[in-house]
Amino acid sequence: MPANNPTLHEAPESVLTESNAQLDITLEQLKKLVTPRAFTGETMLLNMGPQHPSTHGVLRLLLELDGETIVSCIPDIGFLHTGIEKTHEGKTYSKGIPLTDRIDYLAPLSNNLAYVGCVEKLLDLEVPLRAQYIRVILLELTRMNSHLVWLGTHALDIGAMSVFLYCMREREMILDVYELVAGARMMTSYFRVGGLWRDIPPGFTDLVQKILDVFPERLLEYEKLLKDNPMWKERTVGIGVIGKEDAIAYGMTGPSLRGSGVNYDVRKAYPYSSYDQFEFSVPVGSNGDVYDRYRCRMEEFHQSLKIIEQAMKRLPAGPVMVDNRKIAPPPKHEIAYSMESLIHHFKLWTEGFSVPEGEAYFAVESGKGEFGCYISANGGPKPRRVHFRAPSLCNLQALPRMSRGCLIADMVAIVGSIDIVLGEVDR
Amino acid sequence: MGLEQKLGDMGVVTTSLEKAVGWARSNAIWPMLFGLACCAIEMMSTQASRYDLSRFGMELMRASPRQSDLMIVAGRVSRKMAPVLRTLYDQMPDPKWVIAMGDCASCGGVFNNYAIVQGVDEIVPVDVYVAGCPPRPETLIEGILKLQDKIKQEPLKKWQ
Ligand code: SF4
Repeated sequence: MPANNPTLHEAPESVLTESNAQLDITLEQLKKLVTPRAFTGETMLLNMGPQHPSTHGVLRLLLELDGETIVSCIPDIGFLHTGIEKTHEGKTYSKGIPLTDRIDYLAPLSNNLAYVGCVEKLLDLEVPLRAQYIRVILLELTRMNSHLVWLGTHALDIGAMSVFLYCMREREMILDVYELVAGARMMTSYFRVGGLWRDIPPGFTDLVQKILDVFPERLLEYEKLLKDNPMWKERTVGIGVIGKEDAIAYGMTGPSLRGSGVNYDVRKAYPYSSYDQFEFSVPVGSNGDVYDRYRCRMEEFHQSLKIIEQAMKRLPAGPVMVDNRKIAPPPKHEIAYSMESLIHHFKLWTEGFSVPEGEAYFAVESGKGEFGCYISANGGPKPRRVHFRAPSLCNLQALPRMSRGCLIADMVAIVGSIDIVLGEVDR
Repeated sequence: MGLEQKLGDMGVVTTSLEKAVGWARSNAIWPMLFGLACCAIEMMSTQASRYDLSRFGMELMRASPRQSDLMIVAGRVSRKMAPVLRTLYDQMPDPKWVIAMGDCASCGGVFNNYAIVQGVDEIVPVDVYVAGCPPRPETLIEGILKLQDKIKQEPLKKWQ
């Protein structure tokens, strides 16, 4: 170890022992999770993670193996528990928005919308149409962003390296749009309660148009690499099967559910942000295996492009923020000459706006599934309780069911196919 | 163009062992493939198409701590993850270095709460802190170059 910091060679006991206590699991508890054969030595217990290149973060899986076949799989989560929900309770409603970026960090804007949408519901606000359309454009870009990372890493796990490099290349185009509108590559916080932070800057249309032009051809490239690739099919067809009923019973949502043939999409079932004004279809699979889930997501790329195209064409003019000064901050130039604006500005940034007592749930279809936000408001400027329904967590629940009887090598394919993000699982 | 062309036919070059070792080490860093949260995605971008970390001689991430000498702590470290992280660090062979990537790993970032270790330097010694939430790939590359400078200047010593 570097000699410059000798005192740190031994880690302080306080941090380590305290958390070790949480990791402890008694033998009695363990016995219930695995089959009795594990105690006779007939089957083997194998630990996968939390540091494993294919668990997409810090997921730990305890596998019981009979030879190479998985007998049972016990996911152990919480290695990325961040306390986001609790932290929300100490933040005003607008200061809570940046925290939501960090839940599912591959789809920051979907999270933003679930949260601000929920607050808007509590406040009974109608967001201007232009803001809704811009939201839709960015949400669909976010879906593609999320799917690109999924495709890249999923393919990488199964052994197709080049797909990853292509996907990351295209993803940069989307990140450029984020950076243009929000100033940050990943943590956008661009949606605000009542609309958007600001109108889209010049250059936005060109960037999005470029994405619309380039993507169809690039998608074809991905399809050429994987769709009919015999090795890819060998690793994905008929692997990790889950039936319709089971998928619903586990509370799965998103492409992971639709791969099993259930047509459920929040955008269609409970339209938000004027999704009902766009024409698009929801791709549905039939077999519920890794390959069908992959197909669903690939088709969604095309649908997203279709929605963006429509929204760009019909983008209405007008404001992007509600004109209620008790909620929307006044424009900067107004502060210079209007006393009232100055007071509003001061009030909003020191105290925040109050939300009437009540509770609300608002869900959006993120790249992973139904991402919902539940807020219980107590009438003050800070929420009483905030809870997020994380699609990754619910989809992960089905992992033991899906992987039973599969080979251990299939595990990485199955984990990849349900597209989990540990930041969202653990929050 | 190789070294010999640059030096002409000088025949013999003298340098101190310390410098030669430092130079060699700094250009063959093997980072560990180890991502925690959002920052790990930016770490992936750094290695991928646009930013291409391999220009600096360290594109090959090793999944095993026993084969790597640089740990990039990319993301927030929860209290449950802390002992795991320390174990991984202990498993890495000497000499080894640590980069704390992002605000969370450096100081807890936006999460000043019960769940997150307020800076990974509470559990492992950190050589370079990279600020940002998440740091841009350019920032991470800058951090790595800083580390390379540091390694070049490290004196020879007995590793444990
Ligand atoms: S510093 Fe920011 S981007 Fe990095 S892990 Fe922390 S919250 Fe995520």
